[in-house]
Amino acid sequence: MDMRAVPGASGPIVELTGAGRSFGAVRALSEVNLSIGAGECVSLVGHNGAGKSTLVNLITGALGPSDGAVRRIGGDARSSGIRSVAQELSLAPNLTVAENLRIPQRDLRGLFWRGRAGLRIRTALDEVFPGHGIDAAATVADLTLAERQMVEIAMAFAEGEVPARLVILDEPTSSLDASRAEQLIAYVRRFRAAGGAVVFISHILGEVFAVATRIVVMRDGQIVEDRPNGSFTRAGLVEAMGHVARAATARTMLGPSGAPEIVATPEGLRARAGEILGLAGLAGHGQAEALARLYLSRTSNWRGRGPVPAAFVAGDRARDGVMPLWSIARNLSVAGLSHLTRAGLVDRRAEAGLAQGWRERIGIRTDDVANPILSLSGGNQQKVLFARALATGAPLVVMDDPMRGVDIGTKSDVYDMIRAEAAQGRTFLWYSTETEEMTLCDRVYVFRNGRIAAELGREQITEERILAASFEMGEGEA
Amino acid sequence: MIGPTVTRPWFWAFAAAAVTFAATVALTGSQGGVELLMATLTFASFSVLVGLGQMAVITMGPGNVDLSIPAVMTLAGTLSLKLMNGAAGMEIWGLLAALAIGVAAGAGNYALIFLLRIPPIIATLSASFVFQSLAIWSNRGLRIKPPDSLAGFSTGASLGLPNLAWIALVAAMAFWLLIERSAYGRRLSAIGQNLRAARLAGIPVEGVRAGTYVLSAAMAALAGFLLSCFSGGAALNMGAEYLLMSIAVVVIGGSSIAGGNSNVPGIWGAAMFMFLIVSMLNSYGLGAGVRLVLTGVIIIGIVTAASGRRLPG
Repeated sequence: MDMRAVPGASGPIVELTGAGRSFGAVRALSEVNLSIGAGECVSLVGHNGAGKSTLVNLITGALGPSDGAVRRIGGDARSSGIRSVAQELSLAPNLTVAENLRIPQRDLRGLFWRGRAGLRIRTALDEVFPGHGIDAAATVADLTLAERQMVEIAMAFAEGEVPARLVILDEPTSSLDASRAEQLIAYVRRFRAAGGAVVFISHILGEVFAVATRIVVMRDGQIVEDRPNGSFTRAGLVEAMGHVARAATARTMLGPSGAPEIVATPEGLRARAGEILGLAGLAGHGQAEALARLYLSRTSNWRGRGPVPAAFVAGDRARDGVMPLWSIARNLSVAGLSHLTRAGLVDRRAEAGLAQGWRERIGIRTDDVANPILSLSGGNQQKVLFARALATGAPLVVMDDPMRGVDIGTKSDVYDMIRAEAAQGRTFLWYSTETEEMTLCDRVYVFRNGRIAAELGREQITEERILAASFEMGEGEA
Repeated sequence: MIGPTVTRPWFWAFAAAAVTFAATVALTGSQGGVELLMATLTFASFSVLVGLGQMAVITMGPGNVDLSIPAVMTLAGTLSLKLMNGAAGMEIWGLLAALAIGVAAGAGNYALIFLLRIPPIIATLSASFVFQSLAIWSNRGLRIKPPDSLAGFSTGASLGLPNLAWIALVAAMAFWLLIERSAYGRRLSAIGQNLRAARLAGIPVEGVRAGTYVLSAAMAALAGFLLSCFSGGAALNMGAEYLLMSIAVVVIGGSSIAGGNSNVPGIWGAAMFMFLIVSMLNSYGLGAGVRLVLTGVIIIGIVTAASGRRLPG
């Protein structure tokens, strides 16, 4: 594979030598040697908390190294053309798409800067995501999560004072459906061919193999493998990350046909006790709204006592899930608080025990559940939200794209956990942008334009069927 | 390194109160000190009672504030004194009437917010015109004295502390338990941090909000009842100064105006400080204008110092 499409005449864009970073006593990163040149796509893989985000922060200069050195081609990140798209979406919701571009691009000033900003972002969106349908004058708050992610990615590639040389994409497809993810991967290839470089962080190994020229595996704050793509097998890569490779386990249990129906909504969602029900389709076609409506109709706005009828797992952590001022334990216990309350007061011993138990069961990487929730990496915060829902004992669990930023090891643990809970009679409603997750379901509803377009039974759930139902037949939109 | 105490948000309120106290006693001499302390504890009690309710409301996050506190105080004071009519044996009925008025006023506030979808700031302000008008209409210029027993109780002391201070102290402890240890307090804090996430975590958001507005109005009614007994009768403007006072003690006390984070001990520190600052500037013989300017400047200073210590490091 041609790893240096453009000869590195001016040397690497960024080079880390013996770089390390500590936070107090915690060593997040140590002895990292990494150099990225033009025309490369380096994929960073590793489980949650392996140090990927810290490494990115060293490259962008958001954090300085505690040891070693970081050298960039143009001094600081901005003048080196190093740009990054964070995992936690960071657009200002009250501004328009075009106005948001002004935040990183400080040369947008003077009269009519909005017009120029609009032109730049429109061009970039058209390049990366043809047919995106996003208005540059739209307020970000009105966009769906997928659209916001597309805007952020396009911003990183947009024309600017210093052209983009190295773009860091941290979980860029976490909210994108399969067709948008493919557009992005195709664009990364074109960008690379034109001499750009990309750092691509993803837990979705299919994407990694499709896009990378080099794969860098991180474990416990160190680089353990750095080899060209093509010299890894899927199982080998998973093993290098520190997970036990296992074959995809087929669901043994068939849908419980005799069980009572516990969900029946006017729009046609039906679920029996113990079923795992998938909601598929392109992102933003009404799945999240249908789940929210169902959840809100099942839970009370007025009474907080007694058993919890339904639980919700948020995918958009900052907007729908995390209580930023609280500890891990408090975040974990909040949904099932009624079980921990004696005479109106919270039993704090029982709460700590619950949090400890879940920390071990789901593998939340912290030494103390009394630590603030924001001290966790994104994937670990997501585990807390999972534990929050499962700990309620609710018979119905509603999941709104819950695996965003969760590593592959945890994913398979959570899949097993969901199966085991379903076997006990709990019902799961699961919206995901990843088709692979849909194959774990008993039945799948495919959404299009806010309505159910198709229902697929156990044997019919394949990527092709889901995609076919996502696009209207004969309309030629696909 | 600064000790953990200094980094507590309530520290600055108490420090400011202590400094102001010392500065005043330095001028008046030490025999005035005990008197000043008693007066401070007495008058701070009213601010504490209304401040606790306001704190619960403000904890629910931006836009949540109870502006009807002065009117509820006046209405509860006026109507309960009228009911008791100065007669002995009616004290408990007067208190219950005042609390019932508070509960009804709080329910009225919340009904406006929930049913008409009016922002709380407008709802409580407009409701307060109704409450104030009811007070004027029922009062008609009469000045009814409280029963002697209540007048005596509210100006008296037990175990070395003013009776009112005991009441406010017990109220503060009850609120501490409520905010820090109860499920209600957890839910209140969650709503203040992220309303949407709170609802999706199964928190009964509307129930908590309703309870909180009722709680705030009930505390205002209790304060109004005690204040009218203390000052020998209800007056139509008796609540006026407690509008800004209730908000000031919350902010100076170290609660987050952005919601989610409340601080019960700070309410006491801030309430004492707010009384002491006025008496200090009075005893230094400053004119009303200068006094107001200095009060404002000092409050800004305290809030800045307290918030500076709380920046995440």
